[in-house]
Amino acid sequence: MNRRRRRMIEEAIFVGLMRFSVVAAAAVVTLILGVVTMRGVAALSWEMLTQPPGSGYYMGGGGGILNAIAGSLLLALGATVLASLLAVPLVMFLHGYLKRGSRSASLLRLTLDVMWGIPSIVYGAFGFALMIFLGLRASLLAGIITLALVILPLMARTFDEIVTMSPRELRETTMALGATRWEFLGVLVRQTIPGLTTAVLLAFARGIGDAASVLFTAGYTNSMPHSLLRPVASLPLAIFFQLGTPFAEVRARAYAAAFVLTVMILVISLLAQLSMARLGRNVIR
Amino acid sequence: MEQRRETIVLPPRTDTWSLRRRLSAGRQIKELIARSWMMVVSVATCLLIVLIAAALYQRSQPLLAAFPLGELLSGTTWLPSRNQFGFAPFIIGSIAVTGVAMVAAVVPAILTGIYLSEYTSTRARGWLKPLLDLLVGIPSVVYGLWGILFVVPLVRDHIGPWSDRTLGQLSPIFVQTNRSGYGLLSAGFVLGIMVFPLIAAVTEEVLRSVPREMREAVVCLGATRWEATKCVVRRRGMAGIVAAVVLGFSRAYGETLAVMMLIGNTVTIPRSLFATAYSLPALIANNYGEMMSVPLYESALMGAALALLVVVLSFNIIARLVINRLTHRS
Repeated sequence: MNRRRRRMIEEAIFVGLMRFSVVAAAAVVTLILGVVTMRGVAALSWEMLTQPPGSGYYMGGGGGILNAIAGSLLLALGATVLASLLAVPLVMFLHGYLKRGSRSASLLRLTLDVMWGIPSIVYGAFGFALMIFLGLRASLLAGIITLALVILPLMARTFDEIVTMSPRELRETTMALGATRWEFLGVLVRQTIPGLTTAVLLAFARGIGDAASVLFTAGYTNSMPHSLLRPVASLPLAIFFQLGTPFAEVRARAYAAAFVLTVMILVISLLAQLSMARLGRNVIR
Repeated sequence: MEQRRETIVLPPRTDTWSLRRRLSAGRQIKELIARSWMMVVSVATCLLIVLIAAALYQRSQPLLAAFPLGELLSGTTWLPSRNQFGFAPFIIGSIAVTGVAMVAAVVPAILTGIYLSEYTSTRARGWLKPLLDLLVGIPSVVYGLWGILFVVPLVRDHIGPWSDRTLGQLSPIFVQTNRSGYGLLSAGFVLGIMVFPLIAAVTEEVLRSVPREMREAVVCLGATRWEATKCVVRRRGMAGIVAAVVLGFSRAYGETLAVMMLIGNTVTIPRSLFATAYSLPALIANNYGEMMSVPLYESALMGAALALLVVVLSFNIIARLVINRLTHRS
């Protein structure tokens, strides 16, 4: 009887600890979002969202962070397009031409997983080495290329996971009708478009938030982005630089910028989840 | 023999070649182009890691040629203008801050992973998973900002003085040597939160791949749910959980912006939890602006990136191989 009680107590203790961890994680999420929202909304103004920085902006002058918002969107958009040009063929090759569980397929997946683990500062340094090699200067183009490498593994692996869930019969049926593998892949893409949308949106969200990779490669500027070969501002770096100033007013703008960034990312992630649920209605399961 | 031929009529073997011959030329060409294009993209991606390592190695070559590796790794003086490149403070700083993060994150993350895989219903998972996704989605710079607004004042005004009064008597590690609040503890704590979802998700994935019959068998013998979990973890999950921790470690090791905003960025070897330090990624990120001014400076920063890459790559490859083996067996 005594022993049984001890076992029950052990169970209760560990379940309690697990619940506590989960609740603590939830509390931390709420705390982060709460702090960023409270401080951010207090400092947010219409001017900030609609104007590029004026003269003396980093000493408390007028203006806003429109240049950084536009720059970040352009960087993430370009990187997403570039990464999907690589990720889609890659995943299609994985599913159309390589056997499930074959050595090459696992090598390719391992590569992507390992690439996912490489810190973005290393991609940034690589991008910088590449820029020196090609004779490029810090520019939107260099930023896009580097950022594409950062988000490629995330996009490819997410898409891959979703394609893996598509029914096997789809392949058998299509091939039985005499389609080539290329034609089968056309069918497969049409089936997995919701998944592709999810992967693309998640990669886009990751791209907007990434700072370390664009630090060297995209540079920073106070003017609006206007050329592929010129430096652009990005939102994470705008937050970082504004926090570095000694003026409370400018630091408050960093809070507002962080709030804008967080909202953008949360909305895009939410769209990614929704796209899975809404667009999935027409997919054969 | 005649009879046999009549009874079993096999269709002609349709290997790829004979099928292809029957396709129209246009479809064949399309197939060929598509196939080679996709193959090129895939092979190029596989080679990318090698290319990154080679490029960083090539850029850091001048530094590696000028100083022996042992001297670079053990040197404690960092004065690029006087040609002194000692990486030890940065390496120790990185390991220390990652260590703090691991101490903060590992136990709760593993418990959360176990909870997600063994104890939750599908419905509870439905809102727990998005919660972890939220933590993953928050960008590094926002973590750093939150650290400055919330964690730093907390450490400065409450945790620091308290630790100084109590634990500080026992060991110099807990003495509040620096009253700004920035330092290893703040950076490590925020870093711990950042890697928490990764460790939890990998733990869950590994445990989920253990066949359900194993738990059922143990429960049939009269075990409680926790005892069944222990058994599952001990028999099949241990290697995977270790791999999850290794993955978390390497993610934390390479994290840049949040750490850079909180660690204080002083080139010293930290002696206390509250001391300021410097991490390898922060070194690269902070100095990119001036690195063209001193001849070996750029080479040194690329060397730092290479050091980062080597550690992260080896940890990642080992951990992923373990995880792949575990999740494929089922």
